[in-house]
Amino acid sequence: MSILINKDSRVITQGITGNTGTFHTTQCLDYAYGKDCFVAGVTPGKAGQNVEGVPVFDTVAEAKSETGANVSVIYVPPRFAAAAIDEAVDAEIDVVICITEGIPVRDMIKTRDRMNKLNSNTKLIGPNCPGVITPDEIKIGIMPGYIHKKGPIGVISRSGTLTYEVVHQLTVLGLGQSSCIGIGGDPVNGAKHLDVMRWFNDDPDTEAVIMCGEIGGSDEEDCAAWIKDNMSKPVAAFIAGVTAPPGKRMGHAGAIISGGTGTAEAKIEALEDAGVHVTRSPSEMGSTMKKALA
Amino acid sequence: MNVHEYQGKEILRKYGVATPRGVACFSVDEAVKAAEQLGGQVWVVKAQIHAGGRGKGGGVKVATSIEQVREYADAILGMTLVTHQTGPEGKLVQRLYIEEGADIKEELYVGMVVDRVTQKVVLMASSEGGMEIEQVASETPEKIFKVTIDPVDGLQDSDARDVAAKIGIPEVGLDQAVSFLQGLYQAFWDTDCSLAEINPLIVTGDDQVLALDAKLNFDSNALFRQPEILEYRDLDEEDPAEIAASNWDLSYISLDGNIGCLVNGAGLAMATMDIIKLYGGEPANFLDVGGGAKTEQVTEAFKIMLDNPKVEGILVNIFGGIMRCDVIAEGLVAAAKEVNLSVPLVVRLEGTNVERGREILATSGIDLVTAGSMADAAEKIVAATKV
Repeated sequence: MSILINKDSRVITQGITGNTGTFHTTQCLDYAYGKDCFVAGVTPGKAGQNVEGVPVFDTVAEAKSETGANVSVIYVPPRFAAAAIDEAVDAEIDVVICITEGIPVRDMIKTRDRMNKLNSNTKLIGPNCPGVITPDEIKIGIMPGYIHKKGPIGVISRSGTLTYEVVHQLTVLGLGQSSCIGIGGDPVNGAKHLDVMRWFNDDPDTEAVIMCGEIGGSDEEDCAAWIKDNMSKPVAAFIAGVTAPPGKRMGHAGAIISGGTGTAEAKIEALEDAGVHVTRSPSEMGSTMKKALA
Repeated sequence: MNVHEYQGKEILRKYGVATPRGVACFSVDEAVKAAEQLGGQVWVVKAQIHAGGRGKGGGVKVATSIEQVREYADAILGMTLVTHQTGPEGKLVQRLYIEEGADIKEELYVGMVVDRVTQKVVLMASSEGGMEIEQVASETPEKIFKVTIDPVDGLQDSDARDVAAKIGIPEVGLDQAVSFLQGLYQAFWDTDCSLAEINPLIVTGDDQVLALDAKLNFDSNALFRQPEILEYRDLDEEDPAEIAASNWDLSYISLDGNIGCLVNGAGLAMATMDIIKLYGGEPANFLDVGGGAKTEQVTEAFKIMLDNPKVEGILVNIFGGIMRCDVIAEGLVAAAKEVNLSVPLVVRLEGTNVERGREILATSGIDLVTAGSMADAAEKIVAATKV
């Protein structure tokens, strides 16, 4: 098993005819069961076309009713991306993965509020994230597929290449992954560390979890508090940004220490207090996970 | 993006937020003329820089005569103002704001931010004006009142009135306070603010509320739809290296150390800084070249790092995913040749086609050291830069 997605998922690419959408859908088609999983694309006004054999529809609702898709991935440009999430939510897609970076915060506030008021059951991952992969089954996003290996470790991260780094370290040590979830680097987003941790805790095939956090906000602290009382599996963690100065946005829109909150030290302390195996070396993320399993 | 106090007030006035009258000036003569135009007996001469704590640093003076306005303007304009937010090097004052004096009965605080937990805009208000809100939050949290604002309904009359009363605005001033707070929220929402702070918000002798200071920050992802806000950008207030980097879609932040680092991806870039520190070095910058790490970007990134006289070595850490390591290695070699690299260079490549990438580096004829893991890379660059 796995969380969120597996070889039975049926996926719509929103923004499939754009360069990024086409390129990454092609890559995903070539990964494991990709050709079975990627069943539709959406670009308004381009219905009837196809991309690498994947039929294009005008709307998510049409794509869903024609193909039975239950997951969507969004590569739509930032100024239209929140509306693309809204459309997928309205079509009652189960899992929406938004890769797009640079969505205005106000747009995301409106989209998240809308989801809440609709009591939507859609799980939103991202935006500004690398996507989700369940190794040897399905890859939805922009991560390099081959570094992954099927196995029992759940991976949660706010970053892209840092996730590849931790996955690579795990794979080299022979520790395969159940699913890897990039929750994204934006301040207002969908699933948080805590949500994903809960899903991994409930997944029988996940034996342990490694999380990569970074400065900004309090999601890691909230997750730590939950772990302390509820988590039944070993957790390892690395928090990036111990050397980051306050008040500066470190690349990600959400990676900022403001008003003394969101520091790496506070997150590390909360995680250690919750019994999480925290490493201060990004070179030892994999080996720390291995030790936590011992 | 940040703006100056006087620009923030200009924006807020459009939304009906009351402020004292004032004029922005670029010379002492302009300052004197502004004071004469404003009239009255008391003026405030205020340094305009993008940092708080200006008053404590000597950048805000109250003048009671036109001669004093001249004297203070002369002293402040061109001074290097050091505050707790500028760092020890301070900031050169190139603009002044001359404002009419206000009759201050009380100093209060209001601010708005995007709360990441509720995912809504939150209004924070306190009776403790003039103090840093973080300090109030840690010492007397009971003095901070919060209102979470519904993005569809906006700031409701009843909520605004309630919070205004709680922070001590007198009954007769409440109607005006409600329109002040609603105006502030509308400005925040319409202009895509990420932070708005009025500290202090004052109650005058005749029970009116006025924004005595204004600090507005804007969401840089939304500037494409805020052309009027973008006009306010003052490049003199920004780090030239950060401006140069942004022109090439590089995310760069200057730090104090001597080891430049060039990394793809923000999380990995922070992690690289952290491991340099862990091995006893000090990073000179944060630099994210993006997932692709294109040759021209890498070239510019090298140039920006080498422009920093403190840089004594460079660590490149690239995880090649979709972008293959051999392509990245070729780009690195071309860039290093073009900039004629003069400091030790340690390169750590990992990911797709890494063997081919390392071979390209090894046979490039460029004086560089390759590293396997991040730890190996950090150890090598720290050793190479220790005298």
